Amino acid sequence: MSEIADKVKKIVVEHLGVEESKVTPEASFIDDLGADSLDTVELVMAFEEAFSVEIPEDAAEKIATVKDAIDYIEKQKAA
Amino acid sequence: MSGFSGKDGLMFRLDGKTALVTGASGGIGAAIARTLHAQGARVVLSGTREAVLAAVAAEIAPDGERVHVCPADLSDPAAADALVSAAEVAAGAPLDILVNNAGLTRDGLAIRMKDEDWNRVLEVDLAAPFRLCRAVLKGMLRRRAGRIVSIASIVGVTGNAGQANYAAAKAGMIGMTKSLAQEAGSRGVTVNVVAPGFVQTAMTDVLSEGQREKLLGGIPLGRMGKPEDIAAAVAYLTSDEAGWITGTTLNVNGGMAMP
Repeated sequence: MSEIADKVKKIVVEHLGVEESKVTPEASFIDDLGADSLDTVELVMAFEEAFSVEIPEDAAEKIATVKDAIDYIEKQKAA
Repeated sequence: MSGFSGKDGLMFRLDGKTALVTGASGGIGAAIARTLHAQGARVVLSGTREAVLAAVAAEIAPDGERVHVCPADLSDPAAADALVSAAEVAAGAPLDILVNNAGLTRDGLAIRMKDEDWNRVLEVDLAAPFRLCRAVLKGMLRRRAGRIVSIASIVGVTGNAGQANYAAAKAGMIGMTKSLAQEAGSRGVTVNVVAPGFVQTAMTDVLSEGQREKLLGGIPLGRMGKPEDIAAAVAYLTSDEAGWITGTTLNVNGGMAMP
């Protein structure tokens, strides 16, 4: 697992208070991890801070799963 | 939230809570700070006039116990975030309570009102409170607790000739509060407004005797408000006991308007 994926997972565990084993790439924040809309906004803000990236509103809306978040941040970091 | 202390006859205590009060150098702001402090809170006083803030702080607690001063000019957009950080550093604790009390007026009939006067009032009386709410909400949502009380005005509900800018800002504050209350409710954070009527302060001392008499005629309780009347309402809304009240506007106006 990449460094970014590791860090994303850690942030999700911390913010949502879920068990690490549940934070699989396919896990949906809302459907599988019990997040509400406020949680997803807080998560995006936490990603922005942790990775020093800016995630615009339209991109944030498309981040529904753990993998979505990892892919987006990896793409930003590679660019 | 801790349990109610009403059983000992002591309600609305704020022991262990940290509060930021903006505009604390003014009559109402100073009274709010004094009251929250008396209820047990640690208070951070903010405003533009550092010497006045220091005097208010010394009057509230001569020994400096649970009182701090953080001057800020909220007409600078960057000042709100900086103030919240500075207040938390000064207090050595995260903010449990934000009281948006700072405000100013630039009165004039609309046909002669300059853009500059419109913009300045909207900036200081509405945009700055929004920025402060945004800055404190991040932590409050995370901690699953918090109280925000914004001081609007009866004119935000009724309007007032000569105050299109001020009334718009205060009405905006009420709408903003209802929205934030909906956003933050699931985390136990309450957001409310206290809307004072005519309170005896430097802001209303400029009224003529004739204006004053006419005004009193419209107030069923027959007197101007005291800063302490407003402070008591704020203390209530910031307490644990007010935990089921959010998005509301508490009118404290002697019955002058009953919207």
